[in-house]
Amino acid sequence: MNTELNLKTLIVKKPLKLDCGKTINDFPIAYETYGTLNEKKDNAILIFHALTGDQFVTGLNPITNKDGWWSYAVGPNKAIDTNKFFVICSNVIGGCLGSFGPSHKDPDTQKIFGTNFPVITINDMVNAQNNLLDHFGIEKLFSIVGGSMGGMQVLQFISNFPDKARTVIPIACTSSHSAQNIAFNELGRQAIAADSNWNEGNYNSKDTIPNKGLAVARMAAHITYLSKKGLQEKFGRKLQEREDLKFGFDADFQIESYLRYQGSVFVDRFDANSYLYITRAMDYFDLGKQFNGNLSDAFKETKAKFFIISFTSDWLYPTQENKDIVIALNSIGADVGFVEIESDKGHDSFLLDVPDFLSALKNFLDKSYIKN
Amino acid sequence: MKNEFKVIADLIEKDKKVLDVGCADGTLMKFLKDNKNINIRGLEISKDKVQKCIAKGLTVIEGNAEKDLIQFPDKSFDYVVLSQTLQAFLNPELVITELLRVGKKAIVTIPNFGYWKIRLHLLTKGTMPITKTLPDEWYNTPNLHMCTIKDFVHFVKSRNFKIFKSLALNNENISSINDTNLGIKNLFADLGIFLIEKQYENRNNPMLKR
Repeated sequence: MNTELNLKTLIVKKPLKLDCGKTINDFPIAYETYGTLNEKKDNAILIFHALTGDQFVTGLNPITNKDGWWSYAVGPNKAIDTNKFFVICSNVIGGCLGSFGPSHKDPDTQKIFGTNFPVITINDMVNAQNNLLDHFGIEKLFSIVGGSMGGMQVLQFISNFPDKARTVIPIACTSSHSAQNIAFNELGRQAIAADSNWNEGNYNSKDTIPNKGLAVARMAAHITYLSKKGLQEKFGRKLQEREDLKFGFDADFQIESYLRYQGSVFVDRFDANSYLYITRAMDYFDLGKQFNGNLSDAFKETKAKFFIISFTSDWLYPTQENKDIVIALNSIGADVGFVEIESDKGHDSFLLDVPDFLSALKNFLDKSYIKN
Repeated sequence: MKNEFKVIADLIEKDKKVLDVGCADGTLMKFLKDNKNINIRGLEISKDKVQKCIAKGLTVIEGNAEKDLIQFPDKSFDYVVLSQTLQAFLNPELVITELLRVGKKAIVTIPNFGYWKIRLHLLTKGTMPITKTLPDEWYNTPNLHMCTIKDFVHFVKSRNFKIFKSLALNNENISSINDTNLGIKNLFADLGIFLIEKQYENRNNPMLKR
């Protein structure tokens, strides 16, 4: 998938003990940067990507030949202004765009890991990415930012490294993956497992990739990223290139065609086993539990300034779950701001052109940066 | 900046930690932050106003004072400010109790319904008073629980809260309110400003009784 590409990669020599008990070393982290690191090295922003994201935040993604996943928010003069800030983003471990993941070869057996890859957690992901700071000689990031699973990484990162970021921006996320979200992830995993090509994770030759299972997983997940109102307004009951119903099971409705398309383009860029591993990491995420049920304790060591953002129509990571983080921070007198952005675009709002969101993000970053 | 805000700012010492409940567009917050080095937070229900605060670089939480003050620990702020908002709550008594739990002291300002222009309006016109401070019609006003300066003083005393300072504001004029001039101030001030604190004295202890 990516072997022919020249991905920027850091080989981490330092052993990393994973939550599952295994230790990994000499493993790759693929990353991308935007903008310039200033002399004081105090203008760096580490962006964490969501479930199916990658290091190509903005500009042209060389894999998909489309805009990077956060092009609305990141770039010159944008909310995260790359004229001003040095942006780093890396592919999470367990991912499939160059960082250590299930499509890599096990150095011991020289066979592709598949499901022999160790189960990783959000904690493992951020511990791995912390090595990038040493690589760039950055003592303290100006900000850490991420939406959805990226937001979970933001929370975990500041908990693990309380002195390594000045500002902290978790967006549309949660401190504890809900039963509903675990359920949707399990649906996706079972769709992949039900594809006979999956073969318990051993699908090494190109023609036996579990594309169908992965596409169904993506279709189901995609629905959860949108809102009922948004879907109704965009698609309603509109028919797909036909005058009337065909009394069959082809895609009569535009929404069906749209989802099938989303599934089909997804399998070209994503690995089924990575999907299993990353969704598992999300499901295991429960930051409060790491601190005996007291979420506030996760943040008591940090003096960072938090800004938490949720969206009205996000039913996957609803406002209340974001507010629970605000409450935990307020109860220890942390510096925390919060805003719920009005949007019909569901959980995906953070990835889309939602002006109120983008201006809030920009204002917060720019004003906080002046005060440095 | 409104005269009211200048009076509030004068009541707060430098370098304190302050929560502005219903902070609107953050005018008072910004002044306190820039001029008195106040560690300031805001709570605001309107999304538009929250955005304005963020644009000013202020730390603000979108929320409802009646529901969201509960998340702040006891005495986590030196001062909690509530400017001309008390009358808009469903349960002002609960809000005052929460303000005095969260803040060591609270500064509360109220539009005075006992102001002579309001009385005159009701007396002569027989319709709900509309003034500069209370510009809305009865059917679209956010104000649910109007009170007079006298009402508020009585309420605070009945709850055994301590009043450090009570000020009457009439346009540019600021004056102190005391027991003897309460009736006059209640007639001529359009705004009352109160610095209050919850008393923790044991009322059964004769040594602490006043």
